[in-house]
Amino acid sequence: MRRSLVQSILLYGCALLLAAFTAGPLLWLAVMSISAPTDLTEVPLRWIPSQLDFSRYAALLSLDGGNGERFLSALRNSILTAGGATAAALLLAIPAAYAFSRRQASMVLLFAFLATIMMPPITYVLPLYSTFSSLGLLNHTVTLIIVYTAMLLPFATWLMKANIDVLPVEVEQAAFMEGAGTAYTIRQVVLPLALPAIAATAMLSFLVAWDEFFYALIFTNDLSAKTLPVAIADFSAGRVTDYGVIASVGVLATLPPAILAIAFQKFIVSGLVAGSVKG
Amino acid sequence: MLGRRQKREKWILLAPALAVLALITLIPLANTLWLSFTDTRISALPEPVHFIGLENYVYALTDPDFQEALFRTLYFTIVSVGLEGVLGVAVAVLLNQEFRGRTLLRALIILPWAVPTIVNAVAWRLIYHPDYGALNSLLFQLGIISDYRSWIGDPATAMNMVILADVWKNFPLVAYVALAALQTVPEDLSKAAAIEGAGPWKRFCSITLPWIAGPLMVVMVLRTIEAFRVFDIIYVMTGGGPADSTKTASFYVYQEYFNYLRSGSGASYAVLVAGISAVLIVFYYSVTKRQTAGGAA
Repeated sequence: MRRSLVQSILLYGCALLLAAFTAGPLLWLAVMSISAPTDLTEVPLRWIPSQLDFSRYAALLSLDGGNGERFLSALRNSILTAGGATAAALLLAIPAAYAFSRRQASMVLLFAFLATIMMPPITYVLPLYSTFSSLGLLNHTVTLIIVYTAMLLPFATWLMKANIDVLPVEVEQAAFMEGAGTAYTIRQVVLPLALPAIAATAMLSFLVAWDEFFYALIFTNDLSAKTLPVAIADFSAGRVTDYGVIASVGVLATLPPAILAIAFQKFIVSGLVAGSVKG
Repeated sequence: MLGRRQKREKWILLAPALAVLALITLIPLANTLWLSFTDTRISALPEPVHFIGLENYVYALTDPDFQEALFRTLYFTIVSVGLEGVLGVAVAVLLNQEFRGRTLLRALIILPWAVPTIVNAVAWRLIYHPDYGALNSLLFQLGIISDYRSWIGDPATAMNMVILADVWKNFPLVAYVALAALQTVPEDLSKAAAIEGAGPWKRFCSITLPWIAGPLMVVMVLRTIEAFRVFDIIYVMTGGGPADSTKTASFYVYQEYFNYLRSGSGASYAVLVAGISAVLIVFYYSVTKRQTAGGAA
């Protein structure tokens, strides 16, 4: 069907509007991060920076100076926490997914898994806080790793289960015929075939852990364990008078997930769509 | 038929996952339930704990502040998810048309989803800044407002501004789900309706929308569950203020726990919030089930 001129204008107008609405806030964050501090306090604003100022990035990425230390230790903690939890969650999710896919574990149980992460964290937080406190485990990366493992596990199990479902069962049966045990078969037969699924699951899990704020806010209180979201909230609420610093931290924290999201878009979008529609 | 060995194996495979989930979710949940019947307080020194029955609940259910927090949460949830639904479907319909730049635009809208929740909150807080914010400057320069406003400093607008920030981050998920569903709408169905003289709006309402309703419903209920527990964005953007105008249920419980240190009373609020969530979760289960059953047919 040919479009009339009016229809075309309308279509491209909407597309432009959507692009502006989507990219605008992010572009502005990036511009703020490289504007001179005086540009950011002009009324009304100067939209195009009078000069480019990358000094905040330099400061954040070096250990001398308080902001850099705060940022870099939070970055380290975030990588350790999200990475550790992703690895642990996959390690537990793969055998569980196999049980759901090939050993007829009940679907109601799988839904119960998923229900645990749909509950508001506020329901779990206080007993966890008391327990970690009495064990002297508050403010430790390993504590967050444990909690995040439980948070990532249900979705990882579900995603892996859906992927194991579509693998040809004959290969596994052949392995069993040869006398292979289940553990051996999962390791040697299922895992190699499910590698793309494992990569996708790991990526989505990492992003979820990277984003987590609530538990990190309550279970950590200094540089040794605070993750990026908590550090960013501190920057934003603290005495930082240069808004460009807050913007720079925001840009840096957004880069890893944004790069992953763009690079593996097909993967992520299909995972998200399947994950939210098929539960 | 499963052999006995395979049955035992099933539980061995599930055991580690079950153990972690029990430790981190099930036991704390039971613990919260127990706390809600006591007068426990958070303190450095151990204090005697009394079982006080339903006293906390009687208080919680008659507490006007908590009721207001629940209504605010409901408002946030309905308006946020509603707007995400409308915007998500509109964007999906747009991205389902053929035009130059479509691939780029489809890729672009994943960005808000990728932005960490806290960065989203911080960015919009800067945009809404009463003196140096981009929103004030933009609207002023366009001649839409004549005075700068304190968008999140004014109880009349704060909640809606938080909602706008939330919608910006979360509409892509709905849009992607709707787009995936739109791509399965058979073209001849729409063509046949067009031949019968149905206009675009009528075709959309009578063919497209019913076709994508299933998946759309599922993702909207999922978003409802997430929106109902909103905390992060509120914590960073407004801290529940001004004048409690953005204090949602999760934030209310958080304060009861960690500002007022009343763990017993806080737990009763938490259980009530969990109860509402549980209803939503069961609803999610039933729409998902209907969806998969429908998809198989």
